[in-house]
Amino acid sequence: MTGHTISRNRYFLIFAALIVLLVLTISMAYVDLGPFNIIIALTIAIIKAVLVILYFMHVRYSSRVTWVFVSAGFFWLLIMFTLTMSDIVTRFSF
Amino acid sequence: MSTSGSENHTNYLNDGYGVKSWLLTTDHKRIAILYMISITLFFMIGGFFALVIRLTLLSPNGTLVSADTYNKMFTMHGVTMIFFFLIPSIPAVLGNFLVPMMIGARDLAFPKLNLLSWYIYVLGGIFTLSAMVLGGVDTGWTFYTPLSSGYSHTNVVPTVIGVFIVGFSSILTGLNFIVTIHKMRAPGLTWFRLPLFIWAHYATSVIQVLGTPVIAVTLALVGFERITGVGIFDPNIGGDPILFQHLFWFYSHPAVYIMVLPSMGIVSEVVTCFSQRKLFGYRQMAFASMAIAVFGFLVWGHHMFVSGQSVYAGMAFSALSFLVAIPSAVKVFNWTATLYKGTIRFNTPMLYAFGFIGLFTIGGLTGIVLATLPVDVHVHDTYFVIAHFHYIMVGGAVMGYMAGLHFWWPKITGKLYPEGLAKFSALTLFVGFNLTFFPQFILGYLGMPRRYHIYPPEFQVLNVLSTAGASILGLGYIIPFFYFMWSLRKGKVAGNNPWNAKGLEWLTPSPPPTFNFDKTPVVTEEAYAYPEEDLAGG
Repeated sequence: MTGHTISRNRYFLIFAALIVLLVLTISMAYVDLGPFNIIIALTIAIIKAVLVILYFMHVRYSSRVTWVFVSAGFFWLLIMFTLTMSDIVTRFSF
Repeated sequence: MSTSGSENHTNYLNDGYGVKSWLLTTDHKRIAILYMISITLFFMIGGFFALVIRLTLLSPNGTLVSADTYNKMFTMHGVTMIFFFLIPSIPAVLGNFLVPMMIGARDLAFPKLNLLSWYIYVLGGIFTLSAMVLGGVDTGWTFYTPLSSGYSHTNVVPTVIGVFIVGFSSILTGLNFIVTIHKMRAPGLTWFRLPLFIWAHYATSVIQVLGTPVIAVTLALVGFERITGVGIFDPNIGGDPILFQHLFWFYSHPAVYIMVLPSMGIVSEVVTCFSQRKLFGYRQMAFASMAIAVFGFLVWGHHMFVSGQSVYAGMAFSALSFLVAIPSAVKVFNWTATLYKGTIRFNTPMLYAFGFIGLFTIGGLTGIVLATLPVDVHVHDTYFVIAHFHYIMVGGAVMGYMAGLHFWWPKITGKLYPEGLAKFSALTLFVGFNLTFFPQFILGYLGMPRRYHIYPPEFQVLNVLSTAGASILGLGYIIPFFYFMWSLRKGKVAGNNPWNAKGLEWLTPSPPPTFNFDKTPVVTEEAYAYPEEDLAGG
């Protein structure tokens, strides 16, 4: 880490944003939007994860090599989802 | 830098003698020794289960143990050997000892985390051992659902808790290595001057850090489904059993490379030293290590060709699996090319390295056979698969570990092992290994399935050969155990560099001082800078 400090207000702001997103997730669960429910829920979850990683885990102010490793984590997750889905979406189609 | 060869210097072994000085140490070398003792214990336990398996298979009627006990034996053999011996073997023992020394550092980046990783390993081991003592587990080391999550009445939960816990030890080791290699290299030690042992451990660490969390979560979900009845993998309650296999193999296939990549690193060190040659194609070898780590994550579906996975996904995984053969072959060819016109010495580490190259090649090539979708349909879940992965894991990973143990034993202990006996034992191990596992290729091809304690009588001769081989193989492991112990007291003093090897670890006394180097070394040459003879004259 480069030693950059994040102000206390910024932390509270991010915390408030996470709470708002949490309330939004719970609220959306009561509205039937068909297949869009899962898309919205996952989108909110990703936004929350990114906020936590960037600010609470200080990645936003970290060195490039930290960014490379964080990106690698997401890339590997993408590999896992993509190749698993390559089975699941084609499993019953022949 | 100190070049003192005296065994009386202050070193990590005589820097405190009490139990506390070992159990609370943060010295990477002492932690390596703690790991060495622990994994040897688990190797013996896993070896005992293998002994029962092989003795049972002497007879086609399975008279030694019942079917249920046999199921437990092969499960506990796999769990012990994979999670508690093979995965930690080279990284946690030789890697822990050597990574800081090879890069000219005083210790790993996080010494306390390093000690914590050993305690986590022990805690995981206690859980899994408890499961064994309480009656064992019978799901196979693969814990396939829904057997593991719903139907097995054995100790699945404590076993998966043990494996879950030990995974964190592996993650911490990998994390420590990545940070250490990035941040603590000696002045002048650029990335392309690093020994390939370091590249191999870097690639291994990437797999450990990125793959292990997935197996941890997957096994936690098995426990969760078993305890709460919430459907995740059990199709009766809305789960998908094949999803378990995807998640399991996403880690467990790359785990094979956690086992074999460090061995490849050792072979690179040994082959260059005992042929006194620069490594042929250094950069390609470094990139090949990283390529194996990445490609290893793209191929897991080849374990699932007959499991109900989509045939289209199967074809993609089959094609992707062939990719891994390319960097693996680069390594085999480059080791062979390194030997060309070398001054070859047939010391014990070199014999094990030769063993690795030959046996890994057989294991790798039969891997290509198994990755070929239609052929795998024929040999899936047969002894062909058992033979294949033992050629990789024992013929490859364990041979590499033995090569490394012999190569660095003088550095670790300051003593030489008896060379003649060690050569005899290496040859015994090689013969025993092939006699154990080669007949299993034939058995599998003829159709003998794995995980059965009875079989048709026509398979008995090959099974007897395999069991006979296993007894020779066992001897090949027992002899080194005794001569290593003997050498601690009676072995000749090794000196700093008994093999005339290159590398920073050989510049410091044997055994090394607590902080490895009196002065931080400055690196001014490439890795493996052995004096080159002119090859142009043919």
